[in-house]
Amino acid sequence: MTSKESILAAIQANKPALLPLPEQPEFPYDSNLTEQYRQSLSLNGGEAREAKSLKEVTNHLQEHFRNSQMIVSLSEKVAGNFDVNMADDPHELEHAEVAILEGEWGVAENAAIWLPEEKLHHRALPFIAQHLIVLLKKDRLLGNMHEVYARINVEGSGYGVFIAGPSKTADIEQSLVIGAHGPRSMTVFLLD
Amino acid sequence: MKPAPTHAAAAEEFLKDSERSHWHDETLWHVRSKRDVSAQRIPEWEQLRTLASQIKDHVLSNLDNLLLQFEKNAQANGIEVLWAKDAQEHNDHVLRILEENQVRQLVKSKSILTEECGLNHFLEDKGYDVVDTDLGERIIQFNKQVPSHIVMPAIHLKKKEIGDIFHKHLGTEAGADDPKYLTEAARQHLRQKFIQAHAAITGVNFGIAETGGFVVCTNEGNADMGTHLADIHIACMGIEKLIPRAADLGVYLRLLARSATGQSITNYTSHFHRPRKGKKMYLILVDNGRTKQLGREDFRNSLKCIRCGACMNTCPIYRRSSGFSYNSTVPGPIGSILSPGMDLNKHSTLPFASTLCGSCSDVCPVKINIHEQLYKWRQVITKEGPPQTSKRWAMRFGGQVMSKPRLFDLMGKMARKSLSISPRGFVYNSFNAWGKHRELPEVPKETFKDWYRTNRNDDK
Ligand code: SF4
Repeated sequence: MTSKESILAAIQANKPALLPLPEQPEFPYDSNLTEQYRQSLSLNGGEAREAKSLKEVTNHLQEHFRNSQMIVSLSEKVAGNFDVNMADDPHELEHAEVAILEGEWGVAENAAIWLPEEKLHHRALPFIAQHLIVLLKKDRLLGNMHEVYARINVEGSGYGVFIAGPSKTADIEQSLVIGAHGPRSMTVFLLD
Repeated sequence: MKPAPTHAAAAEEFLKDSERSHWHDETLWHVRSKRDVSAQRIPEWEQLRTLASQIKDHVLSNLDNLLLQFEKNAQANGIEVLWAKDAQEHNDHVLRILEENQVRQLVKSKSILTEECGLNHFLEDKGYDVVDTDLGERIIQFNKQVPSHIVMPAIHLKKKEIGDIFHKHLGTEAGADDPKYLTEAARQHLRQKFIQAHAAITGVNFGIAETGGFVVCTNEGNADMGTHLADIHIACMGIEKLIPRAADLGVYLRLLARSATGQSITNYTSHFHRPRKGKKMYLILVDNGRTKQLGREDFRNSLKCIRCGACMNTCPIYRRSSGFSYNSTVPGPIGSILSPGMDLNKHSTLPFASTLCGSCSDVCPVKINIHEQLYKWRQVITKEGPPQTSKRWAMRFGGQVMSKPRLFDLMGKMARKSLSISPRGFVYNSFNAWGKHRELPEVPKETFKDWYRTNRNDDK
């Protein structure tokens, strides 16, 4: 008997009588989504800004990353200074300072932004960059996780991730430190 | 073989350092309080717990079919699925994959399952350098220890000790213990490891039967740094980690991080369905005693556990005795109901390491009746396990007395008299397991019975 067969046989011998799978719930979410999103991201160590125009994003880049050698933008609306198509291999992104991505959905309750593979070019990009900037249209904000799972197709992409803040750890005496391995900051621009 | 120390003996070691044990207790209680605040923000919290429990009920009752569905879909996605009936077979699979792909450098993110299987030691014996990349795990790996908590692996260490460990292994300044500085040093060190790694090993938080993919949750982003740079991804998953539908994640993700640390979600929740172009992804499905536990009606639903750690943070025993005192891969209340199923003799004292207060069951996001199972294990162990010497005679004697009301009254009278005149050494000695680190309350002058008789008459 293969291990697969013996495991399945043991389950058949030991499992209880079939119990029903409950229906997926709907829990309506009534809160000011933009304000709630801002609060949630702040609790996770990131910062959300409402932006009237893209000018605010470029100003932000000017202010904080003027001297950055490697700004990788995957948004057509904001210019970076490194063409991601030049990187065949994710290791070439090792020195990326800023990654600018467009989020697909945002969740107000916990600040998570859904980023399927198609929005990342390289899966490693939002992790290897020192700072992460995400652009999200306000009308892409949802209340909670049930609402977002009802809209996305997780297996449609080979990989997809909810990112809800910068890389962080509290493994030393429970002191929060931002910038464990990945981005040292996450800024989300909520656009009209 | 030397018998494992009892929980009480191991706890005594930890309690010798009272400053540390006090800090440990307070810190975990703080985490528990953050969990409460976070849970209270969700009006449907209790409904979510019920749903999470019911979904797992379904999974356990249909596990064979769901596993087959999962395997089929994962294979269609290009993931190679392997089955392992025990730890050895799991480790052998990993070794074979590494050899076949000529991997020399590998990184690993947090996986309690690989800890359970002793994977690191196994691979180190074969000459591999396994680099744990979760900060807490890297710390204890340097220190040649195992995790003392499933979510906060290095919670037993103080920053000064971590500073010393990093000084020795990473060349940080002697005496430096600032968490920010130490984390930065680990970041630089581990970045090199990520860049060089050929293979990345991860655990699995949830496997999705319907889509043939799996989800990994971290705050540090270390699982992603590893897998997206390496050519080979090996994911190790206990067979009970399955959920039927992707939409079920909505329920579990709202519960998991809130229960664990009070966060609304981990900062990274990654869904893996296909390997990167030209790369390889393996998934190992591990039994290692889980199908046996499935057959134990009273203990079956311990398999619902999503490893949030809330039952540890809330447990008055865990907080005061630390993870090592349990001597089992998963410590705390949930460890105390899982481990006896793996090795009853070795873990026979764990179900007694509890006050049965039920706080673990109250916080458990998947509603496992942990404290009831602790009580049931006690019954099993009293019948089948090794004898629990020091409390056994006292219990037997107590049982006799309490079953006879007259005798009970008499013994009570005698105890009130004798306790008030006994010398200390007579009461607090090695025969009285309950007298350690505890003081008896002052002996009352009268019994409740007497008090009630008098006061009821007054009322008339
Ligand atoms: S038993 Fe429940 S509370 Fe304890 S770790 Fe598992 S899911 Fe969390």
